[in-house]
Order: sequence, then C-alpha cells, then structure tokens
Amino acid sequence: MVERKGGADEGALIKIGPKLLDLLREFGEIELENVEIEAEELEIWIPSATVVTPPAAAPPKVVPAKPMEILKAEFEPPIQTYQGRIVEVKLGATRSEGGTREKVVKIGGEAAPSFYIFEEAPPNPPVISADVFDMEVPLPRAIKMHVQDVIGDPAAWAKLAVDKFGADLVTVHLVSTDPLRKDASPSDAAKTIEKVLQAVKVPVIVGGSGDPKKDAEVFKKIAEVAHGERVMLSSVTLDMAEAGLLGEIAKAAREHGHVILAFTAMDLNQAKELNRKLYDYLPRDSIVMDLTTAALGYGLEYSFTVHERARLAALAGDVELQHPTSSGTTNAWAAREAWLKLGSEWEPRELRGPLWETVTALTLLLAGVDIFMMMHPAAIRTLKEVIGNLYKRGMVKPESIADWVSIKI
Amino acid sequence: MSVSKVKKGVREISPLDVYMLLPRTNCGKCGESNCMAFATKLVNREVLLELCKPLIEEEKYGSQYSKLKELLAPPIREVVIGVGETAVKVGGKLVMYRHELTYTNPTPIAIDVTDEMPEDELLKRIERINNLKYTYIGRTIKLDMVAVRSTSNDPAKFKLAVQRVMSTTKLPIILCTFNPDVMKAGLEVAYERRPLIYAATELNWRQMADLALMYNCPLAVFAPNNIGLLKSLTKTLIEYGVEDLLLDPGTFPDEGIADTIMNFTMIRRSACKLGDNLLGFPIIGVPMTAWSLKDAPKEVLQWKEACLAAMLIVRYADLLIMHSLEGWSLLPNLILRANIYTDPRKPVAVEPGLRVYGSPDENSPVLVTSNYALTFFTVQSDIESAGINCYLVVVDTEGYAVESAVAGRKMTAQTVADALKSSGIESKVKHRYVIIPGLAARLSGEIEELTGWKVLVGPRDSSFIQAFLKENWPPKVS
Repeated sequence: MVERKGGADEGALIKIGPKLLDLLREFGEIELENVEIEAEELEIWIPSATVVTPPAAAPPKVVPAKPMEILKAEFEPPIQTYQGRIVEVKLGATRSEGGTREKVVKIGGEAAPSFYIFEEAPPNPPVISADVFDMEVPLPRAIKMHVQDVIGDPAAWAKLAVDKFGADLVTVHLVSTDPLRKDASPSDAAKTIEKVLQAVKVPVIVGGSGDPKKDAEVFKKIAEVAHGERVMLSSVTLDMAEAGLLGEIAKAAREHGHVILAFTAMDLNQAKELNRKLYDYLPRDSIVMDLTTAALGYGLEYSFTVHERARLAALAGDVELQHPTSSGTTNAWAAREAWLKLGSEWEPRELRGPLWETVTALTLLLAGVDIFMMMHPAAIRTLKEVIGNLYKRGMVKPESIADWVSIKI
Repeated sequence: MSVSKVKKGVREISPLDVYMLLPRTNCGKCGESNCMAFATKLVNREVLLELCKPLIEEEKYGSQYSKLKELLAPPIREVVIGVGETAVKVGGKLVMYRHELTYTNPTPIAIDVTDEMPEDELLKRIERINNLKYTYIGRTIKLDMVAVRSTSNDPAKFKLAVQRVMSTTKLPIILCTFNPDVMKAGLEVAYERRPLIYAATELNWRQMADLALMYNCPLAVFAPNNIGLLKSLTKTLIEYGVEDLLLDPGTFPDEGIADTIMNFTMIRRSACKLGDNLLGFPIIGVPMTAWSLKDAPKEVLQWKEACLAAMLIVRYADLLIMHSLEGWSLLPNLILRANIYTDPRKPVAVEPGLRVYGSPDENSPVLVTSNYALTFFTVQSDIESAGINCYLVVVDTEGYAVESAVAGRKMTAQTVADALKSSGIESKVKHRYVIIPGLAARLSGEIEELTGWKVLVGPRDSSFIQAFLKENWPPKVS
C-alpha cells in the first residue's frame, strides 16, 4: 500500500528520490504491494496525472518551522454591556398584596440576551402556564389522554395541571364565551375564573375567545370580580384599539390591579404601537407582549426571529420593546406532524407530538420568551428541567464526556 | 494566518467598499448592468465574486481579487467534508443572528455506527441512514453523514468497519477515534472520500495534524469545556499548516447544558462580533453524549438527545453527531433545521390566484386557502394524493398561515371576497358554495354577506378534505 499525498501543500512535502520519479514517469502509476512505509519518516507523492517536472529542477522551498508544542492563546469571555433592561412584571398577588395567591410569579428583568449566562443568567427564570379550556374543544389524542377526566371542569383541570404537571401558573381559555359557540355570559365566565382561583394557589391568566367585542365585556367583568388578584388578561390587540375597546379594558385592568397581554402578529412595529397605546392607561410593569408563536414547521422561524430581534432591540435601548414576552406554545400542535399518523418509521406519535411541542418551546426559550403557555405534561416537565439546568453553570465534568467516542450503547 | 485586528463585520461592509476594489469598467460580464449593482449583490451574498471574469482572468486585478476575497470572507470558515454530490459544506456562517442576513449551510446531521457492531446491525443502520426521507414544503429532507466510532481501539477492526460503511453509503464520513494509529488505519481506506478526522486533542494533536496534512482531510479539535485550550490548539494547528479545522467545545447533557450553551455562544460571538479568527471555525455539537447517561430507558435518552440537538441547532452548531435513528425523535430536528436556515429575506409565500386540480367541471368544489408556502403545498399534496377534482383559490395572506392570517387580519372576509372575484371562479362553476379552512371558521358569516356565496366550513387540517367532501359534497340544498 502506498501513501499518497492528496493535496498541494508543498510545505509538507518531502523530496522524492529521482529514481523513483523516473519509474513513475515510465509507468504513469505505481502500486507497491506489501511495503510498509512509516508516514512520519517518508511521504511519497504520487500524482495521478503524468509527472512533468522533477522536483530537482524546482527552487528549494522554505519550509516554515512547525510548532512542536502547543502555542498558548488567551481566551476572554466576550462580555458586552447593554443600555436596556426588560421590565419586571409580577403576576398574581398574595393576601398582603391584596389577592389570595399563595405563590406569585415574577418575569422579566433581563439585562442580557437569553441565557447568555457568561454575562448574566435571567434574574427570573422563564415560567410555564398550563392551558385549561372551559368547555370541550378538539384536542390531539396525545394530549387528551392526560386530561380526559377533567374536560368540562376547568377548576379540576387547573388543579391537575399544577399538582401533577408542575405548571407555575394556569391559563383558563374562556372558549365558551365565543358568540359562535356557547356565547356564555361575562358573569358565567367570571364564575369559572372564581372557581379556578379557589382551586389553585398559583397566578391565573384569563384567555378570551378571540372575539374583540365579547372579550372586552368578559375582561372587564373578570377584572372586577378578580379584583386585586393580578391576573393577566390574554389578550388585547390593535383591532380592539381600532374598535375603541382598548381603553376600557386597560382602565379596568389598572383599576383592579391586573396585567395585560398585548398580542400582535409577528410585527415589531405593531407591537410598539400597541404598547404605546397601552402606556396611556397602564404602568409599564403591567404589560407583557405576545409576538405570536407559530408551530415548528409552520413558521417557527418567524417567531424565533421576531423574539430575538425584540429582545436585542430592547437591550439596545428600545423602551417600547422592554417587556417580557409570552408564547402560545401549544400552537405547536397546529403542525400535522405533531399528531398525524405518518407511517411506521415516524411513530409513535404519542412521543413525536410532545417532542414537537418541546422543540418549539426550546427554540423560543433561546430567543428570550418569559412565559410558555403549554399543554402536554411531558413537554412541560422537560422545559422546566431544561430551564433548571440552564442555571447550573460550572457543573460540568470534562471527563464525563472526554471519551464519548468509545462509549458502548 | 494569524490573529489579525478586528475585521469588519459582514454587515458593516458597504457596497462602496466592494465597488472600489472591482474593475469598475461596467463590462456587464457578470450579468449585472454595472459594477455598483454587482457590488451590492456581493454584499448581500446573492452572487459569487467569481462571476466577475476580468477580476479572475486579468493579472492586473490580482491583488484586488485577493483583497476582495478577504473582505468578503465569512467570519466562520467554510469547510468541505466528503466529495462529489453528497459532500457537505460546514460553517461558512456570515452572521451571528439569522435576521442580520441569513444562515448558510444547514447543520448536517451525522449518525454514528461503531467498529464493534455486528455486520448486519451496521448495515441495517447504514441502510436506514441512507433511506430516511421526509417531504417538507416540496423538498426532501434527510440525514447527511455517517460517523464511524472506534469502540474497539483496534486499527484492523476500524479499517474493516470503515470499508463496510464506504461500500454501503456515499454519504460523507466522520472518523472518530483519539488514537492516531486507529485513525491512520481508517484514513488509509477512506482518504479519497475526504472524511472528517475526529479529533485532535491536547495529547494527540501532532500525530493527528500529520495525518490531516498527509491525507488532506479536515480536522476536528476537541477540548471539552476549555475554550482557552481550544483556541491554543487552533493557533498551533494553523501554524502547523492545517487550515480546515472544526471546533468541539464539548456537548454536556443534563446540568451540563448551561456550560454547553454558554461555550457555543461565546465562541460564536467571539468569532462574529470580535473578529477572533482562532475561533472562526465551524462548531460541532455531539448530542449523542446524552447516551452516556446511565440507567435510563432508551426512549428517555432519545428524547434528551433530541432536546440537546434542538438547542444546539438554534445556538450555533454547524454539525451534529447523533445516535438515535428513531423517526419520531429525528423529525422535529430535521424540520427545525429547515426552518432556522430558511432565508429570512425571502417571503415563504406562493403566488395567490386560482389553481385547478384534476379535471373539475361546473359542479366541482371550490376551496380556499392561504398563500403561505407550507400551507399551500400541504393542501395541494392532500388534494393530489386523494385525486380530488376541484378548484383551489389561494388568498393573498402575505405569506401567513391560515390561523395567524385570521388573527393578524391578513385573511379577512374582504381578502377572501377579493380572491374569489379576481380568480374568475364565478364563470367556472354554476354553484355558489365555497369551502373555507376550519381555522377560518369565524369568517363564515361575513364572507357570506360580502360575496353572496354560501360558506361550508371545511376541516381544520387538509388531510381531512377527502373525508369532508365525501360527507358534504355536493352540498345538501337547504
């Protein structure tokens, strides 16, 4: 077997005897059987094409001295300073603060991009809010199997999500208030929220039906009934502003001490515009942004980039974007790959689905999202675990993976 | 090559900087009308410098050509692994954040085999690696490379395994061993395929560098959780004459995620924002280190590996080495990679307007969807695979999917009405029934008011279109 020099790195070449070269010229190529040549001692360069110039005729090359020892280079962590900081927002209120929560949640306060922990770990870890629906809605099987006993009973569902799934807070989606569905009244909705507030000790997010007019009525009623609880009303939009509904909702939120989630469709200028409108009514620490979460495979890259841009702009000093963000991560299930049978090589979908939701969440975690509204217990648990691990700086043991190449699986 | 002063960030290069170094003859051989237009496209990475023929061919432009090459060089070196049409380009990143321009060279995923696997198991794995394919937005997505690990530490066994891999796949290969003798045995049979040598360490770097030079193959540098050492090694190896390097700062599962993400981020920022050439190389992530966690069921390890991979695709990994071959755990990451590497400058939208499937007549159904490319291709493929004869009106939702288009007022009764009108569908069918996506149900009333067409609310997912039509078409006259 002959050693070949493949490239044209002439500095590394060692001169070849003229006799061997003659042979090469004669035969064009050569094969030496059973000849052992130590590469470190001798390298033979056998060009695949015809050899024309003997190296003897070439001018002597100056071969730069090769280092024999490791040349030291210094590394300094690339630390940057930022003008801006994200506003800290508190959700929920204890008895002494005017509510009845036993646990409150603080989000925001970051002064570095997401988990740039060589600069600063997020002062408040991102949190997970479990989605709860106030009536039966179509759910993927992989999710339904975990909540089927509590469907139709939002208080029980909320309790399950906190006690069993480990949710930090719950979002009650008042789907039944949708005029196109049950058109349940604002007082019915308020009763639901009261029941949930009694069932769990964590902060509560109140989700509307998506109908601007109806949501305004529902939010106002709930703001009043849940006075002092510091719930988050999810969500208000520019459409509501256009319809003249924004002011009354925001005023109700302020009067009764709640937080508002400002939803815009992946457009930072709109997000800023909506925040500006809200500043007329609300202190900055009562506004959270929903910049839209698209599912993995269905536009997640837009969501990722809009969150990354928002956070970098906020840190660079754009005060109108210095708000924590919330993601409707459950939207991951809008991707058919999360729930559809795709054929045996992609199964089981009972694992594929929750992983779909988890990957959607992890992607946005690294873009800076502060609240994740999620559904599948495995996805919730994984995200919590990863967030916890992201705070464990300095825990690695290099030897634990130093020989990963030869691990036996 | 040595550490130079901070290079201009790719985003800071102005077309004028580039223009001044071009021939400025406006010869038009590149296909642009003048040199300034070409310079602008160069800065936006829309054309290759080599399209400027005079620059390459005429000797007098020699120094300008090399200056331009340096000016436009990405902060992260591009390294080619493999040969021929399956070769992968790794790294070559121009920016740290995708919104600054776009990400180049989607992270290739390599799957491992070992030199102690029984032959049939190895062949089965290779076959699966070769054949795993998924169609996404009209594209085929698949796995990219094979990593051969020496668990035996025996040169003969490694050589045999490498030979088996080479004879069963054309995919580029990564040779994994820290033992130079074993590596040499692998390279002897594989060098013509330009494999990646994994890896040089503090201990073996000289022998590995000699092998990399002798066989002209790219070389990975491994220094777990020690960027200072990693940098010292790249400095040394560059001086030694090895230029095609990749960096592995170590991928640590579980509580090691913190330092892993931190290391990847610090390396990429140093290279992209501070011009640190010694760290300006592609980064290798090894999510398969999750398999070093003991006493867990394999589904848990597959799950953890997938989560690590996802985080590293987002945070700067230019190449991944993984173990699981399960479709359920690979698919999310294959799609995530496709998403993150989509060019943010191009709207992912298709032309709005009327599409015709099969041979519809005046009684055939009329469906409506958004012009977000993924939605459109999904609906189209469901219609085609079910063999449905129908019309599809694609509404201009500015590239938003149905659900976000409805929320963001890109799909409204008005835009649907406009699309119906301009599609000319009124003259093609004699009925007036339109089927809208289930996710746009709330628009029904308004659409009926605005258009006079009756609305049927279709399924929430287009995979149910066929079943829906069976049940609801032709519409029952009320």
